[in-house]
Amino acid sequence: MTTSGPAHNADKLLEVRGLKTQFSTADGVIQAVDDVSFDVGYGETLGLVGESGCGKSVSALSIARLVPDPPGKIVAGEILFDGIDLLKLSDEAMRKLRGKEIGFIFQDPLTSLNPTLTIGYQIGEAIREHMGLSGKAARDRVVELLAKVGIPRPADRLKDYPHQFSGGMRQRVMIAIALSCDPKLILADEPTTALDVTIQAQILELIQKLSHEFGTAVLLITHDLGIAAGMCDRVNVMYAGRIVETASVDTMFENPRMPYAWGLLDSLPRIDDIRGAKLRTIEGMPPLLISPPDACRFGPRCRFVRDICREDEPELTAREGEDHLARCWATEPGGWIS
Amino acid sequence: MATQSQVIVGPTVARRRSEGLWWDAWGRLRRNRLAVIGLGLVILLLLAAIFGPTLAPWKYYIQDDAALAANNFLPLPPFKSMSHVLGTDPNGRDVLSMLLDGAQISMTVAFVVQLVVIVIGVPIGAAAGWFGGRTDNILMRLTDVIYAFPDLLFIILLSVSLYDTWFGHALNGVLLVFVAIGLTSWVTVARLVRGQFLSLKETEFVEAARAIGVPPARIIIRHLIPNSISPVIVAITLGIPAAVLAEATLAFIGVGVQPPRTSWGSMISLGYDQIRIYPWLTLLPGLLIATALMSFTFLGDGLRDALDPKLRGKQ
Repeated sequence: MTTSGPAHNADKLLEVRGLKTQFSTADGVIQAVDDVSFDVGYGETLGLVGESGCGKSVSALSIARLVPDPPGKIVAGEILFDGIDLLKLSDEAMRKLRGKEIGFIFQDPLTSLNPTLTIGYQIGEAIREHMGLSGKAARDRVVELLAKVGIPRPADRLKDYPHQFSGGMRQRVMIAIALSCDPKLILADEPTTALDVTIQAQILELIQKLSHEFGTAVLLITHDLGIAAGMCDRVNVMYAGRIVETASVDTMFENPRMPYAWGLLDSLPRIDDIRGAKLRTIEGMPPLLISPPDACRFGPRCRFVRDICREDEPELTAREGEDHLARCWATEPGGWIS
Repeated sequence: MATQSQVIVGPTVARRRSEGLWWDAWGRLRRNRLAVIGLGLVILLLLAAIFGPTLAPWKYYIQDDAALAANNFLPLPPFKSMSHVLGTDPNGRDVLSMLLDGAQISMTVAFVVQLVVIVIGVPIGAAAGWFGGRTDNILMRLTDVIYAFPDLLFIILLSVSLYDTWFGHALNGVLLVFVAIGLTSWVTVARLVRGQFLSLKETEFVEAARAIGVPPARIIIRHLIPNSISPVIVAITLGIPAAVLAEATLAFIGVGVQPPRTSWGSMISLGYDQIRIYPWLTLLPGLLIATALMSFTFLGDGLRDALDPKLRGKQ
């Protein structure tokens, strides 16, 4: 494992070390996030990529300590945010951090806003709670935020209800809420999955623009490598509760060193594809995460699998290029793929 | 993924007025004829209950012996005398005035009982739904016990055992009726609120509120309660006829409101053995009970449709 990092690295905003999050179900304990470590630098945008159910969202929820308990539980690890271990904070201290230092953008803007409260109230909620503003000052801040996220005539729309906004506008509102207290970190959990493609681009560009403007670090969770390529400085690929490859975005796309990452890249539709040709997929399903065996978790779906992959799980080890790690026997020095 | 501009073009159509959710619901209620009739009758009943006893031609307890004497000591039938438009009972009391006083009792019982229901039912349901686990289990088993116990039997036992205390006499026995009916009626609302809280607690907007650090108390007050209020309003509106009926039943069997006050139920109870000779003594209060039940039920059904969250924002 590569969990043995330094105590606190001064240029890292967020350091996740050996995070393990479990869910108890009737069938057994699911290791949704299994010994995951990564860093996010100040102002950096880190992508967390992988297919559904591989632990991306649970990682983000664990950072905000929003994993529903029961059935979920963070059982091990450290989450150092600006040098503070979030897992050691009291619930109250954690609550004061949420929304103020850590913003959250959810997947579905249609259900993430309360239908019975006005837009103005909902954006103002964090401002009143954390910044101590009230009355006109809070209202001014809300109008300013709405203008920032590109809502036309913001002052007229404070008294509107969510159902009077389109999906894209609601996601803009969610972004305004996430940014309302100038957080240091935004956790964006599939922020554009529920939106159509044209709106997606606008929303992503907005997140990128505002995060640069405010110097906010972003942990972007997505299953879409195209989005990760356009938005992120670094990318972590997750599979079955583990990080299987981490690299800067350029390295990841030029020289991925893990068959799962190849599969993900390969399954992107390309402009030069033959019309009518079948879309490329990765055969099979991710494994159930109840007592996984000591073996490469991607093995059963891997074209290059050998005996060693079935007997021993590979570690995240260094590859060519700066900070490039991969979890694969085949691409390790001396492996059978070079 | 480059887009041309940051600013999205505002809607070109004239913007709809920023309508609140309640205004929306009112729009739908207005189009429901039965509900509007129900609402009209409810308002009429309420006005009668509030102003009736003051405007009534007689005090409900005054016995007009002169009128009786003029009619061979028989009760006056309706429309025979201008001073007793709806006639008198065998004691010479003015039926119209008694009915108006009865309306006041019925409506007071109806609304105060619902107040008791809200005060007990909402917090219990909210606590069960919010905390879940053991708290939920204890509170819901308590609710089950009350739910399973026959309502009327409970009310009668309570009324009879407290009948001769100061509590039983307070407000001519009406207070006891409030409490007895209220204590058996809150279970529906408690279960309703619990169910709402259980499902709302898992919604994304509650998670979103948590994610920006809204304290639990404010999540409950600003996010959960407003979203569970619609079914509660419907349940309350439909609970009113049940309370009116319960009060009438109690009065009929002689528990509850004490003389000289007479509710609609006690009027029926006083008159039913003479129904063939003096039918108006039974039919008039019976008609009023039926009207009250029907109008609240119509209104409740209309509210159920109007407040349906699936219809929110639609016309």
